[in-house]
Amino acid sequence: MTATSFVRHLSPSWYESSARDRVRILLDAGTFEEFIGPEQRETSPHLGIFDLPRQFDDGIVVGRGRLDGKPAFIAAQEGRFMGGAFGEVHGAKLTGLLRAARDARTIPVLILFDTGGVRLQEANAGELAIAEIMRALIEARRAGARVIGLIGGRAGCYGGGGLLAGCCSALAVSEHGRIAVSGPEVIETNRGVEEFDSRDRGLVWRTMGGKNRRLIGGADAFADDTIDSFRAAALHLIERAPAFGLDMLKAEQARLADRLERFGTCADGLDIWKQQGIADATSVPAMSTETFIEVANRIEEPRHDAR
Amino acid sequence: MTLAEVLASLFPAGHDVVQARGLLSGSGPLNDGGRVTVIGVADRTPLGVEEALSLAGHVLAGLEKGDDGPILVLIDSDSQRMSKRDELLGLNEFLAHLAKCLIHADMQGCHTVGLLYGHTAAGAFIATAMATRSLVALPGAAPAVMDLPSMARVTKLPIDILEEKARSTPVFAPGLENLARTGAVLAVWDEKRSLADQLQALLDQPGTDDRRDRLGKERKGRPKAADIAERVHDLALRPQ
Amino acid sequence: METFSYRHKADRRSTGSRAQAIVGVVASGNLEVLVERILPGTECQVEVSTPVTGFGAVWEAVIADFVERRSPGGLKLSINDGGARADTVALRLAQAVRVIEEEGR
Repeated sequence: MTATSFVRHLSPSWYESSARDRVRILLDAGTFEEFIGPEQRETSPHLGIFDLPRQFDDGIVVGRGRLDGKPAFIAAQEGRFMGGAFGEVHGAKLTGLLRAARDARTIPVLILFDTGGVRLQEANAGELAIAEIMRALIEARRAGARVIGLIGGRAGCYGGGGLLAGCCSALAVSEHGRIAVSGPEVIETNRGVEEFDSRDRGLVWRTMGGKNRRLIGGADAFADDTIDSFRAAALHLIERAPAFGLDMLKAEQARLADRLERFGTCADGLDIWKQQGIADATSVPAMSTETFIEVANRIEEPRHDAR
Repeated sequence: MTLAEVLASLFPAGHDVVQARGLLSGSGPLNDGGRVTVIGVADRTPLGVEEALSLAGHVLAGLEKGDDGPILVLIDSDSQRMSKRDELLGLNEFLAHLAKCLIHADMQGCHTVGLLYGHTAAGAFIATAMATRSLVALPGAAPAVMDLPSMARVTKLPIDILEEKARSTPVFAPGLENLARTGAVLAVWDEKRSLADQLQALLDQPGTDDRRDRLGKERKGRPKAADIAERVHDLALRPQ
Repeated sequence: METFSYRHKADRRSTGSRAQAIVGVVASGNLEVLVERILPGTECQVEVSTPVTGFGAVWEAVIADFVERRSPGGLKLSINDGGARADTVALRLAQAVRVIEEEGR
């Protein structure tokens, strides 16, 4: 066992870590400065109506620090508080951060998504928050800032979070990560179990999970379930993320049209992977990270100028 | 108002907006002599991968041609299409792409106006109506993040309890008034007056940053968002 | 929601120099504890906000026990409870004091 792999095995699990721990360990040691931290007690003004407990940071940690010596803005959702869902204060913290990134121009933003989407108890505020975050995110990108999404937590990246992920300059996802608009239960409730059996975990992961997203081009990098691995992925993606503009949007239109043409009649993730030329598509879910990354890089589905 | 009535009031001199598979595209003349590009969703059509891509394509085609006029997004949609296929193919990227195209067009100077004349919900709401700079609605329009019965199911609260709580706050229940108070909907147009005139008046207003949070604060629908965003923004830009 | 506030005098002042710390998450069966070094001398205060009503006596007992064991003098501890059991509460309170007394962070 080499020294490097030994160190890697000590890096905490991304999935098991709290938002605070992800931020503290991902950034260079001791460099994190939080904005509107828990001691400010800026909690949700709406949860009390439902007799629901508040969290002092309203479920998101935002601030700045250094990544490999260079400044970075960072926001991390706590997926275990209200499912990481966007509420009024939660969303506004991220909106403000992205507006700052727009004005600063040269500081990248890391968004550690861990969200079920909009917080229903504050539905209108949450939906608005997502729209405002989206606008601020695009403004930041147009000003030259890179916005990197990292997805691998308990709540996944659903609903409005999925749309925000699609607006990022680049995305890293782990095996645990899921990205979608409608969640498995929502599809099943609305369309029936024949359309989607939400309890079929294999189906959920083949459809929305990190590996399918990486292979189909919905994410740009695949990470191990460690904070270390996500840190490396973030550093890699900051350098490679495309600029935002008409050329990029046209390239994205082309890659999405191409995806529909090639995979539009596929019934399952397995069919997509078969069509991509993966020798044994059924082996994908069980593939180790190293093997999977090799396979994904060979297929090279995402175009790095088209997100 | 029906779609036909909306179009007739927007463009009394005629227009070339066509409808195909639930999607609208075309253009029409403005009072001031300019021309407005029109895209939209009609007949409560769900927004799936093909629909999002098609609408985005229209926006991009205009930008490529060098159109610098405003873009009007007419909305009577369902939510996003809820299907295994759409999610398998990465619906989040398609909806995000449409929103990016609209926001980019607006920031290039093509004032995007959303006109909600029917329904919309959830992901479709964000990718169309909420991705415009100025969102207006006609009386009777029914935007929703989620319908109340589904909310009741997910939150495990009886629907009559939800309805009761909705009387004391505009922050979660569906409806035009709530979306206006929280700052999402700029104004509700008068269906008895010319929509062409109201559109022209809106377009004549100077462009602005996204001020929905400030509007929500003024209208007392969202008491904290504007201040929190401003505080974080200012803290983040302080020298280290 | 129920809220409680308890003031105690600890045996001694809490060690370390960190101004504040936070542990835990507000989730089912869990709680968050924000601890701030803002009180004079050996005074300490514990504030609780909980959606589970009727357990005032249990909170009082757990907190009194914690003060005696951990001597959190000078500390204000603020709890947002997600419905945790008494032993989890005791654990988090102890954890909070441990973290704020840590050096070098």
